[in-house]
Amino acid sequence: MLNNIYNIFFIPEIFLACSSFVCLLFGLFLKKNAFRQTSNLAVFVLLLTILLVYYDSESNFANYKSLFSHSSFINFFKILALFGSIASIIISKDYFLGIKLKNFEIPVLFLFSTLGMMLMIASNNLMSMYLAIELQSLSLYVAAAIKRDSISSAESGVKYFILGALSSGILLYGFSLIYGFTGSMNFDDISFYLSKYDNLNLGLIFGLVFVMVGLAFKVSAVPFHMWTPDVYEGAPNSITGFFAIVPKIAAVALIYRFCLVPFENFYLEWSQIILFLSIASMFLGAIAAIAQSNIKRLLAYSSIGHIGYILIALVAANDDGIKAASIYMFSYMIMNVAIFAILLSLKVKNEYLINISDLKGLSKSNPIVSLSISIIMLSMAGIPPFIGFFGKFYVFIAAIEQELYVLSVLGVLASVISAFYYLRIIKIMYFDESKSEGIINFQISLQSKIILSLSLFLIICFIFYPSLLINISTNLTI
Amino acid sequence: MIDWPLVSVIIFLPLIGALIILFIKEDELTSINIKWATLLTTLGTFILSLILWFQFDYSNPSYQYEEKFRWFDDFNFFYHVGVDGISLFMILLSTFLTPLCILASWNNIKKRVKEYMLSFLFLETVMIGMFASIDILLFYIFFEAVLIPMYLIIGIWGGNRRIYASFKFFLYTLLGSVLMLIAIIVMYRNTSSMSIDFLQGNYFAYNTQLFLWLAFFASFAVKIPMWPFHTWLPDAHVEAPTAGSVILAGVLLKMGGYGFIRFSLGMLPEATEFFIPLIMTLSIVAIVYTSLVALAQTDIKKLIAYSSVAHMGIVTIGIFLVNQQGLEGAMMQMISHGLVSAALFLCVGVIYDRMHTREIEFYGGLVQRMPLYATVFMIFMLGSVGLPGTSGFIGEFLVIVGAFKFSSYVVIGAAFGIILSAVYMLYLYKRIIFGTITNNKLADILDINTREKIILIPLAISVILLGIFPNLFLDPMRLSLELIITNYEIANAK
Repeated sequence: MLNNIYNIFFIPEIFLACSSFVCLLFGLFLKKNAFRQTSNLAVFVLLLTILLVYYDSESNFANYKSLFSHSSFINFFKILALFGSIASIIISKDYFLGIKLKNFEIPVLFLFSTLGMMLMIASNNLMSMYLAIELQSLSLYVAAAIKRDSISSAESGVKYFILGALSSGILLYGFSLIYGFTGSMNFDDISFYLSKYDNLNLGLIFGLVFVMVGLAFKVSAVPFHMWTPDVYEGAPNSITGFFAIVPKIAAVALIYRFCLVPFENFYLEWSQIILFLSIASMFLGAIAAIAQSNIKRLLAYSSIGHIGYILIALVAANDDGIKAASIYMFSYMIMNVAIFAILLSLKVKNEYLINISDLKGLSKSNPIVSLSISIIMLSMAGIPPFIGFFGKFYVFIAAIEQELYVLSVLGVLASVISAFYYLRIIKIMYFDESKSEGIINFQISLQSKIILSLSLFLIICFIFYPSLLINISTNLTI
Repeated sequence: MIDWPLVSVIIFLPLIGALIILFIKEDELTSINIKWATLLTTLGTFILSLILWFQFDYSNPSYQYEEKFRWFDDFNFFYHVGVDGISLFMILLSTFLTPLCILASWNNIKKRVKEYMLSFLFLETVMIGMFASIDILLFYIFFEAVLIPMYLIIGIWGGNRRIYASFKFFLYTLLGSVLMLIAIIVMYRNTSSMSIDFLQGNYFAYNTQLFLWLAFFASFAVKIPMWPFHTWLPDAHVEAPTAGSVILAGVLLKMGGYGFIRFSLGMLPEATEFFIPLIMTLSIVAIVYTSLVALAQTDIKKLIAYSSVAHMGIVTIGIFLVNQQGLEGAMMQMISHGLVSAALFLCVGVIYDRMHTREIEFYGGLVQRMPLYATVFMIFMLGSVGLPGTSGFIGEFLVIVGAFKFSSYVVIGAAFGIILSAVYMLYLYKRIIFGTITNNKLADILDINTREKIILIPLAISVILLGIFPNLFLDPMRLSLELIITNYEIANAK
C-alpha cells in the first residue's frame, strides 16, 4: 500500500504538477536572477517528465484510469508537447531578458499549461477533458497578457480570454447534451452506449456539433480562427512562439481522440464537419497569409493552413491517418521551433523583428541565417527534400487510402497557393536589394543555437534516415 | 562490369563538391578558388558519366548499373537508381552542359559567387538524380527539388523582371507537379509498388488510367512546355542569367519529354492511346503558333525561347506517334535541342556580356568585327533549322518519317513548322550578323575569346557529330525504346 502511494509521484502528470509548485516557490524565494533560474529548473523538470512518460509507469489510484487513458498515441503526443515546451522555454529566455520582462511566473505558467496539455491529450472523460482544457487555457490567457504595460499584449490577452471563454461555454454545452443523452461522461462508456444505435439522435448530433465548434476554436480551424492572428500579433514574440508550437499539439491530439474514441462509429456525422473545417482552413490559411506584412500574423495564418492538412488525415480516419498526423505534427513542431528560434534572436535597429520587409538584405549580412530561414520556409511549403514534404506526403497517402481524391487535390492546390507567401519571404531576403545594410543583428545564446541546429538538422536530414520516426509512428494506437 | 556504385557517385559528386565549397569563406581572393572547385567537380562528374556510356551494354534494354536499398520501412519506397538507353543521354546532357555553364558564368557573375556555384552544383545533383531514379517517389523528390536552385538562379542573378519570372516559374511548375504526387500515391495504392520498372508492366484499370494520365500530363505539359501551358517559359528564359537559360532549355525542358516516355507511354498505354489526338492537336498548334510568335520577337532570347516551344512540339509529336522512328526522332530532337538551344543561349550571352542588351535592333553587321563568332553562331543556327549534317536534321527527319505512318495532316503541320523555323532563324541571323555595322557602339566589339571558344567549340563539334554519326547515339537507346513500344502495343492489343 505504502509502495503504491510513492508510485503516485511517478505518474508524469502528478510529478509535473508537484514540480510546478516547487518551481513557483523556488522563484518566489529567489532574490536575483529569479527568471533565469526558474527557467532552467522548468526545463529540467520537463526533461524528467519526458523520462517518466517514456518509462511510463502504469499505476491506478482513485479512479485515475477512468479519467485518463493510456496509449502509445497519447504518449507520443505528450512527449512531443513536452519537447515543444522545453524548446520554447529555451529559445525565449534571451528574448524575455532582452525586453526586460523578467517575471519568474512565465516559466511556471508554461509548466502549468504544459500540464494542462498533457491531461488534455490523455483525457478519457468529458469532465477531465474540460478541466484540462481550462487549465491550459487559463495559463495561456495570463501568458498572453503578461506584458502588462503594453496595450497590444493586454488586448491580445483579453481577446484570447473572451473568445476562449466563449468556446469553452459552447464546449461545455455540448458536453452536457452528450452526457444527457448517453448518461455517461467516460469515452469508453459513451462509445459502448452509442454502439447499440445505428444513428445519432438529434440531441447527440447537437452535442457533437457544439463540441466540434469548441474544439475547432482550440485548434484554430476556419471559421473559428479569428482570434489566432490577433493573439499572435499582440502577445510578446516568445509567447507567440509558445502558442504556435505547443497548444496546437495538444488540441490536435484531443480532436483526434474525441472523434476516434467515443464517436468512432459515427464517422459520417463528424467527418462532414471536419471535412469542411479542413478545406476552409487550408484555403483561408493560404490566401489570407499572402497579404500579411507582419511575420507573426503570417505565421498565424500558416499555422491555420497546417491545421487544415492535419484535419485531412483525421477525415481519412484510418491507421495511416494517425500515422500521418503524428509525422505532420512532429514536422510542424520542429519547423516552428526553428523559425521562432531565429525570430527571437533577430533584431532590427535594436527592436525585435516584426515586419517581413525588415528581412531585406539579410542574405548579405547573415548568409547562414537567411539560408536557414529559406530552408524552413521551403519545408513549410512542402517542397522536397525537406521534412515538411513528408508530412504532407503521409497525409495524402492516408487520404487516398480512404479514396478522398477531391480532398487531396484541393489539398495540393492549397499547398501551391501557400507556396507563394513562403517564397515571398525568400524573395525579400535574397532578391530585394537593400539600401541600408547592417541594421539587422543576429544574437543567439548557445542553448538556443543548439535547439536551432538540432531542428534544422532534423528538417534537412530526415530524408536520409526516415525509419526512426516512421517506425515509431506506424505502431501508434489511439 | 563495374562493382562500385557508379550512378550514385555521379549523382552525389556535385553535392559533395557543394559541401566543400560551403566551407570556403568567400571574399575577392577566394572567389576564384570557388569557381575552380566548381568547375573541377562538374568536369569530374562529366568524365564519370562518360564511363557510363563506354561501359554501357547495348544489347540490354532494361536498367543497368542498378543500385537498390530499402529506404522507408513502412512502404515499398526504395533508393533505386540505374541507367537505361533513355536516361543515359539525358544524364550525359546534364553533365556535359553544367561545366559549360560554370565557364559561361566565369566573369559575368560578380555578386554572390559562392551561392551561385552552390545552386548550380545542387541543381546538377537533382537533375542527374531525376533521370537516374527507378523509383517514382525518388523521381518526384528530385523533380520538385529542381525548382529550388532554379528559383534562386532566376531570382537572384536574373534581369529586371526576375522576381516576376521566378515566381511564375516556380508556381506554374509546382502546380503541375503536385498533381503528379497524387497520381503517384494512387498508383502506389493500386499496386503497392513504386518501382518504375514494375509499373511499366502493370496495367491499371481504364478509368484510373485516364485520371492518372491527366495528372501526369499536367506536370509534364507544363515542364516541356506544351502550348497553352508555355507562358512561363519566355519570361523565365528572358530573365534568367545566360547559364540559367542554358540549363533551362538544355535539360529542364527534357524532363517533360522524359516523363512522357517513361510514365505516359510506359505505364498508361491505354490512356495514351485515348489522348493521342489531343496531344497531336496541341503540338501542331504549338509548332505553328509559337513559330509565328517567334517571328515577331524583338528580344533575341525571347525568340529562342519561343523556338524552344516549337521544337518541343516536334518532340511531343514524335513521342506520341509511339513507333520506332517517332520515338528515336523525339529522343534525337531532345538531345539536339539540348545542345543547340544551349549553344544559342550561350551565343546570346557572348554579345550580351559585351553590349548588355538583347534587342535585335541594336545589332547588325557583327560579321565585320566578329568573324569567328559569326561562324559558330551559323553552325548552331543551322542546327536549329535542321539542316542535313547537323543534329537537328536527324530528329526532325525521323519524326516526320514516323508521322507518315500516323497521319499526313500531322506531317503537314510539322513540316510547316520546320519551314517557319528556317524563316525566323535565318531572319534573326541576317539582322544580327550580316550587313554593315550601323550602330557606332558596335565599332569596338571584340571577337570571342579563349574562354568562349572553349565553351562553344565542343558544342559545335557535338552538333555536327550528332548529325553525321547519329547511330552513335541511336544504338544504345534503340532496345529500351523498343521495349516501351512492345509493352504499349501488347497493352492496347488486349
